[in-house]
Amino acid sequence: MIKFENVTKAYPDGTVAVDGLNLEAPTGKLTILVGPSGCGKTTSLRMINRLIEPTSGTIYLDDKPTSGMDAALLRLRIGYVIQHAGLFPHRTIVDNVATMPVLLGESRQGARKKALELMERVGLPASFAKRYPWQLSGGQQQRVGVARALASDPAFMLMDEPFSAVDPVVRAQLQDEFLRLQREIGKTIIMVTHDIDEALKLGDQVAVMRVGGKLAQMATPSELLTAPADEFVADFVGRDRGYRSLGFANAAGTVTLTEEACVTLGTSAVEAQSKATGAWVLVVDGNRKPLGWAQPDLINGELKREHLNLSGTSASSSGTMRQLLDAALSSPSRRGVVVDSNGELIGTVTASDVVKAIEAEPHLETAR
Amino acid sequence: MNFEWLGRQFDNIVFLLGWHVLLAVAPLILGLLIALPLGWWAHRSRRIYPLLVGVAGLLYTVPSLALFVLLPLVLGTKILDPLNIVAALTIYTVALLVRVVADALDSVPEDTVQAAKAMGYRGYQSLVKVELPVGVPVISAGLRVAAVSNVSLVSVAALLGIPQLGSLFTQGFQLRFLTPIIAGILLCVILALILDGLIILLNRWMTPWTPKVVAS
Repeated sequence: MIKFENVTKAYPDGTVAVDGLNLEAPTGKLTILVGPSGCGKTTSLRMINRLIEPTSGTIYLDDKPTSGMDAALLRLRIGYVIQHAGLFPHRTIVDNVATMPVLLGESRQGARKKALELMERVGLPASFAKRYPWQLSGGQQQRVGVARALASDPAFMLMDEPFSAVDPVVRAQLQDEFLRLQREIGKTIIMVTHDIDEALKLGDQVAVMRVGGKLAQMATPSELLTAPADEFVADFVGRDRGYRSLGFANAAGTVTLTEEACVTLGTSAVEAQSKATGAWVLVVDGNRKPLGWAQPDLINGELKREHLNLSGTSASSSGTMRQLLDAALSSPSRRGVVVDSNGELIGTVTASDVVKAIEAEPHLETAR
Repeated sequence: MNFEWLGRQFDNIVFLLGWHVLLAVAPLILGLLIALPLGWWAHRSRRIYPLLVGVAGLLYTVPSLALFVLLPLVLGTKILDPLNIVAALTIYTVALLVRVVADALDSVPEDTVQAAKAMGYRGYQSLVKVELPVGVPVISAGLRVAAVSNVSLVSVAALLGIPQLGSLFTQGFQLRFLTPIIAGILLCVILALILDGLIILLNRWMTPWTPKVVAS
């Protein structure tokens, strides 16, 4: 557990970066500090490993105040990941990852062995071990940064905008992998981001901070969307929060699916026409996995891949209301494809099916 | 070119070359050792930086001959003592390298320094294991300038009669004889090129991690 008790950081020129912050990051959970620039979130993070010393107040690590600890020893207990990874350019990837074990007195050989295991864990091939940071892409460097922070197996991790310097596709990938990793390792993590979507996606709990270094609200992601504490939080969380809160509403069992007739590639247009509901028919592969929608009356001869309309998303039956609604809205037939955990078709839903289910349950069960 | 003269003088020329190497290289090493802490100091303190770099720049403008003559008074050495040359060239090397070392440490990415601190490196550990190694390319570039400058400055000491390749110039002038002058110039150039090459090799050996840039 990491606990802030009345922590204030004021600079000699009178600026107050953090103002009387009280906050608790529970053990094994991912707590996110989010807010506009100038809200003191990064300052708060850096006060934990004493890269910045608080002006007043106390920060506790597992109930022990950090102020009495040796700063270097304190930092060896805390993994740290920063925006541009901050790798050591003069060390190979494996030696970068081995940094903290070596500092803790482990033999170079043992530290490297551990480092190789961790590289595999964060999805870096062993062939990268002997490379230098400049030979890696931004996303790969960030993985090295995460592996380096984990190498001493610290109980705590601090992450300062860890995924914001990479492109959106890589970012989403890193986020997903990181969530999976955190489920396995269960570290006590505090992460700073300015991106509310990232905060809502990753956080077990989210602390929204406002300019001037004050805590505006601390809540779970779905609470932030459904019950923002004040106008600032509501505004910061964003305009389409009603829709986005559906991303936390569990869909399982709430919506009745309609059976959907389907055809495979190679079917004649005439047969496809007979199966179609309205103008559109759903096309699946041999394992009943949806491929796309087709309009048989526009096709001569056999149904081919180039006839498919691929705009529709598919939702998992155990997914969220948001996925279901999106599947319906994005489908050219207005029937959203629903699949099971193997990706096989189980039926379709319409937007009005989903809306009815939402209206029937004013307090949707959250998905986490 | 009188090759016969060169053949007769061979032992003497080797002797002069040996002294030249010693008088140029010793100050280079001493100067680097002194410039490292001074440069670190300048890097650490924004107030000290302009002061140290300014004084260093001024020192470099003192004419070398004046320094060779003045130093015995300060050090209490004899005017013909080679130590004067070593001391004078050390001052020039320091003057060149203080700024170089400060800039080398400044060149280390802020993210890297911050990461080192956050990983639990203490100040001196970060300096020795991270900041200086990462600053090596910048330091070697400065060292190359200092090495070449030292090789050429040493020859001025010929005017004081201290043996090194510059002695070939004075000899040539006195005898109105071109061969020793040409030999002296050639050997100075070759020596400078060799020292420069050695520093390049040393740098390459110490920094296997730098991006291999395609020559542009």
